[in-house]
Amino acid sequence: MKLTDSDQDLVAEVEELSGENLYACFQCGKCSASCPFTDEMDELPNQLIRRVQIGDRRILQSKTPWVCASCLSCEVECPKGNDIPAIMEAVREITLRSNVDETDLRDLDTRGLPEIALVSNFRKKTG
Amino acid sequence: MEELLYYPGCSLKDTAIGFEESAIYASRQLGIELKEMERWNCCGTVYSLTADNLMKQLGPVRNLVHAQEEGYEKVYTLCSMCDNTLKRSNRLVKNDPEKLEKINSFMDREEDYLGEVTVKHYLELLRDELGWDAVREPVREPLKGLNVAPYYGCMLTRPKEIGLDDPHNPTVLEDFISSLGAEPVDYPYHSECCGSYNTVEKKDIVLKQAGKITSSAAAAGADLIITSCPLCHYNLDTRQSEYIRRENSSKPVPVLYITQLMAVAYGNSDVCKFDKHAIDPREALALENKALKER
Repeated sequence: MKLTDSDQDLVAEVEELSGENLYACFQCGKCSASCPFTDEMDELPNQLIRRVQIGDRRILQSKTPWVCASCLSCEVECPKGNDIPAIMEAVREITLRSNVDETDLRDLDTRGLPEIALVSNFRKKTG
Repeated sequence: MEELLYYPGCSLKDTAIGFEESAIYASRQLGIELKEMERWNCCGTVYSLTADNLMKQLGPVRNLVHAQEEGYEKVYTLCSMCDNTLKRSNRLVKNDPEKLEKINSFMDREEDYLGEVTVKHYLELLRDELGWDAVREPVREPLKGLNVAPYYGCMLTRPKEIGLDDPHNPTVLEDFISSLGAEPVDYPYHSECCGSYNTVEKKDIVLKQAGKITSSAAAAGADLIITSCPLCHYNLDTRQSEYIRRENSSKPVPVLYITQLMAVAYGNSDVCKFDKHAIDPREALALENKALKER
């Protein structure tokens, strides 16, 4: 399969935003094995990386990066030294930087929620 | 009394006020006065993972500048998230002079950050500077027979570059629990994420996860769980209580901040503000019985 310019753009964008080496990933699956929230994801973390490797921009619609809360369980496991949460953040950022927020304050009932939850939620989900 | 510079962060002034007050009390019993920074701002709570955006590093770096301006080389934290964010930003700018220069030239009201401040978590103070024998010394109410599950969560031990213990087999909380005379409980969820800020918009995920973590601790015999993260506390305490109501499941497991356990062992539970907890820990701590006996 040959990558087109637009496919390669995705790899370059994610690598630049994350500072990680996407092609280092050899699909061992340790990231997905260590992730506590794969039940809630539509793509496993290693599958998300594979989709970015082949430049599949549909990954930008995936639920997976928005379920990932950067707990770093995968980060301490990756045998290639990739910071997978940074790759997740890069995928989120591509959406956020196109001026599309993942959250709308007006729809949220924030009563009773601690500030630490609100600040981190909005830091991760707004551009 | 030795004075140490202390960065509270937002939660310790509000939802986690019992964490702050118990920490100030417990520290005094150890001969330490926690001196709150005169100027501090939000750390950002989550460390920015994008390589190109330095704006999100300004919050944490400003706090390091304030510590420097107040003339301190070390600043101590209680909240795991503040600790993680401050340490990671500090590491970033210490290892990358170009980024530090950019940040310094952007901040015009503060002096330049020289990269010489060290961030330490309260547990590092206890373990590395005071030692467990010193922590044991003020114990008035030994917590004998109390089974305590340590909950590390994510931010104390990950990533390894800044973690205060081994990310796979940490022991600092077990040693802490033992030093207060209680029994540490081993269970397989001590370092598994509670769901973090997903509690805002994906509440159901967090409810299930809180149920999983706390019932695992209960099955291992825990009377209570300890943490040093206000977000973990909210999820394990409030969300656990909601989970139990929804599932009509077993007995709740109270969740305490580390310094609340110290305050109880040192004989003062008033500073703990237990009335702020969703699950009241007083029964598990047998404090009610003790109070009745004293009467």
